[in-house]
Amino acid sequence: MGWRRFFRRAQWDRERSEEIESYIRIETDENLACGMPYGEAHAAARRKFGNSTLVREDIYGMNTLALVDSLGHDVRYGLRLLRHNPMFTSVALLTLAIGIGANTAVFSVVNSVLLKPLPYPQAEQLVAVWHKAPGAPGLTSVSGGLHLSASMYFTYAGQNRTFQSIGVWNASTANVTGLAEPERVPAVYISDGALQALSVPPAAGRWLGPADQKPSGAATVMLGYGYWQRRFGGDRSVIGRNITIDSRPTEIVGVMPRGFRFVNADFDLILPLAFDRATLRLPGFGYDCVARLKPGVTIAQADADLARLVPVWMRSWPAAPGINPLVYENWRITPAIRPLKQEVVGNVGNVLWVVMGTIGMVMLIACANVANLLLVRAEARQQELALRAALGAGWGRIVRELLLESMLLGAGGGALGLALAIAGLQFLAAVGPASLPRLGEISVDARALAFTVALSLVSAMLFGSITALKYAGPGISPALRGGGRTASQSRERHRARGVLVVAQVALALVLLIGSGLMMRTFQKLRTVDPGFTHPEHLQLMRIFIPPSLVREPEQVVRMQNEILDKLAAIPEVSGAAFTSEMPMDAGPGHDWDVIIAEGKPGIASEVPPLRIFQSVSPGLFQTTGTGLLAGRDYTWTDLYGRRPLAIVSENLARELWGSAQAAIGKRISTALPAAPWREVIGVVQDVRQNGVQEPAPAIVYWPSFGQNIYLAAQVQVARGVTFAIRTARAGSAGLVSQIQQAVWSVNPSLPVAEVRTMQEVYNRSLARTSFTLVMLGIASVMALFLGIIGIYGVISYAVSQRRREIGIRLALGAPPAELSRMFVRYGLMLAAAGAVIGVAAAGGLTQLMRALLFGVSPLDPLTYGAVTLVLVAAAALASYLPARRAAAVDPVETLRAE
Amino acid sequence: MPRRESPLESEMLAGTLDMLVLQTLVLGPAHGHTIAHAIERGSQDVLQIEHGSLYPALHRLEDRGWIASSWGTSENNRKARYYRLTPAGRKQLLAQTTRWEQLVQAIGRILKPAAD
Repeated sequence: MGWRRFFRRAQWDRERSEEIESYIRIETDENLACGMPYGEAHAAARRKFGNSTLVREDIYGMNTLALVDSLGHDVRYGLRLLRHNPMFTSVALLTLAIGIGANTAVFSVVNSVLLKPLPYPQAEQLVAVWHKAPGAPGLTSVSGGLHLSASMYFTYAGQNRTFQSIGVWNASTANVTGLAEPERVPAVYISDGALQALSVPPAAGRWLGPADQKPSGAATVMLGYGYWQRRFGGDRSVIGRNITIDSRPTEIVGVMPRGFRFVNADFDLILPLAFDRATLRLPGFGYDCVARLKPGVTIAQADADLARLVPVWMRSWPAAPGINPLVYENWRITPAIRPLKQEVVGNVGNVLWVVMGTIGMVMLIACANVANLLLVRAEARQQELALRAALGAGWGRIVRELLLESMLLGAGGGALGLALAIAGLQFLAAVGPASLPRLGEISVDARALAFTVALSLVSAMLFGSITALKYAGPGISPALRGGGRTASQSRERHRARGVLVVAQVALALVLLIGSGLMMRTFQKLRTVDPGFTHPEHLQLMRIFIPPSLVREPEQVVRMQNEILDKLAAIPEVSGAAFTSEMPMDAGPGHDWDVIIAEGKPGIASEVPPLRIFQSVSPGLFQTTGTGLLAGRDYTWTDLYGRRPLAIVSENLARELWGSAQAAIGKRISTALPAAPWREVIGVVQDVRQNGVQEPAPAIVYWPSFGQNIYLAAQVQVARGVTFAIRTARAGSAGLVSQIQQAVWSVNPSLPVAEVRTMQEVYNRSLARTSFTLVMLGIASVMALFLGIIGIYGVISYAVSQRRREIGIRLALGAPPAELSRMFVRYGLMLAAAGAVIGVAAAGGLTQLMRALLFGVSPLDPLTYGAVTLVLVAAAALASYLPARRAAAVDPVETLRAE
Repeated sequence: MPRRESPLESEMLAGTLDMLVLQTLVLGPAHGHTIAHAIERGSQDVLQIEHGSLYPALHRLEDRGWIASSWGTSENNRKARYYRLTPAGRKQLLAQTTRWEQLVQAIGRILKPAAD
């Protein structure tokens, strides 16, 4: 029995038929030779041969693989049935395609973002090093933990026993001049060891090596692939050429390959940090750290290894002048190493799993709908099935056939769904929500394909087996007798569909409550006063003035002041100012440190809390709409006069002095012996610096130019600042080009970077919530829609099945309105049962999304009430439409059909 | 599907038809018609067969590789499929004949014990 023969059997059959013909001709010839007339000779030959059809069948049978053959037959039969019910087939296929498509798309995202390893060799060895510092108050509200300082890096790199390589890095920007227009491009600054840890070889040239890290050596740079293509057309001869970076000639030594991202940073340039060991101190905890564990080393072992090195680090390096090194001991710094993947993926995992769960529920609802459709159809085919069972078809055979039909639906739905998913993902990649990490890596890979196939088959088994169990059982013969003329359908059949609808309603309710909670969260976030007004009318852009361009700090602030004057002269601009960092826009991290208030000696053992430090120009608060609660704003005279002043946020004023008014005239300092006391001249409204969802932190606003806050004898200036321009034309191309002209009229080699409106920054801080809201919204609308179709289908089927009963009742004088109410009641009963189960389930499941909610409890009664009401109303409508048909039944018509 | 028994097989011991076909082909290639008539004549018309039932047997033998076939022309210029014995078929025939003879002797001994 071979496959080869199986596939060649049609040819075999032709050959054998020909051979049989040949026998008959030869035998006829012989008979003719014996003198028979032709007709008789031919007939005798056929008689002699016997039944040729049987012979052919015999041979054909020998070539058959019985199972494959009958399966093929069933498939053809199934396809024919599906083709003959185009309405049923298309509804079922569409339902499945949407369900499977949505699931495949979301799974592909989950798979690409959360499950797939990062695109580095042996990515499982890669970690990010952070620290916990429970003794440093305020730190946790400032960032996700304590980064490394440069001195820490040297101690760790030199003395660890658990890493193959370890390096620190910083995502920042750099000015490139001399190519076309001056450009500010994203850059990654790295120490030695960082590229070695990631282990991705360069596409051209070489890595930055230890020699490039010499503080006094020649400046070198590596290019990102995109920048190399964009600026140099992918020319390999750029290696060895010089470009001007931050006004310094810098040699290009290498190019990183396409698709390479530095952990989670897209970059155009990789530059060496080139630390000068001689000047390093303990603090300056501003560096991200990436490291590669030695094979077989666990994170716990590496943590222990670094914990051993923390005291070594504290002994090996000098503290900042005037700071007691004990401060860091009090911080209780302990390493908290995380897998690098966690660093890249961030907190999006929670959102994605919630979305995956939601979409999974939609799939269940879709399955319930298809199961319902199949049940209805099986009902119609009941007699046929009973007849076949009576004629000797084993019930296993009938089950196989019913399941096969479901499988065909599942396969078709899966194929369509896959197409939908691919289209959806292309759309997603095009829209590109910025909050989604690893967006470029999202694709339908083998694992996602396997998921689709498994999902299609499992769901087909799920909805198919319900029908098979109900209709292929041994108790089918009564159906034959009943002949479909029974007065009404059996209660048990009824129950199966009822249960499905209840389940659908319950699932839909859970999803609706989920998206209702997200909607309430969004609404709450919208009502939070972020500390600035009309972000859509705030145009932002960032300018960095490198020391290589302007050395004198005062010249820097004069240049910035000149730019502001030019900006303010642009038509329809009502205000312009700048700051080191706009709210919700902290790039690599905030600037922060401790302050002390004069006359308020802290308890000696107590570590003063960390506060965010920000540098501002005069007029910033007026431009952004941040309320000035007491005192006054800075003036340019304050800045140029280098007056020792400070402005603080309201919460800081309250904490230190009890009220905003009380703060005016008080003095603060950064706690160093050489630090000047600075007078608080103003108190401003709290600003949601870390995003709307995070509480407003305490902020000290220093003037952007003046006396150094640590050393009274020196001056300081903020060289990298974000300009905020208040105008109704914010975001228009015309304004942007006017801004550029204004900047270049001051200095043509200043690039204008990060051009956007405050609204974009604000929206990005809400991106996670809006993404979740949109996804849950889509899922729950689908669920509601499918659930309503389910109820509608069941009620309208019940009506059509009970036409006879309705006819009799009407004939006996029942009022039509009462009859349609009967069906609406039935629909509402199902919906109510589903709602009760759904509310209970939602109470449990919404706890899982607690982290995504803001200002609303997972058991928010308003959401639960409103959503249940909407669902029940929808169910009532879905039952009423078919129930109306019950009242319209003509008793004469139905009874005559008897 | 219930298997239909061919008339020939029902009257003969299983496997003997195969043996007879192979034996017929020892003399040289032949087509179906010739084989059928040869078996019929060789048995002096004891084995009356429906000639059609020969063809499934031919198909089976060819499938097992004991005979091979090709199209040719019959004595009176008709297109016909000719079968010939393969080396494997020759070996099979020898084995079957030996077994058959042992079987006949054994049965003979049981039926006529006195003669020995």
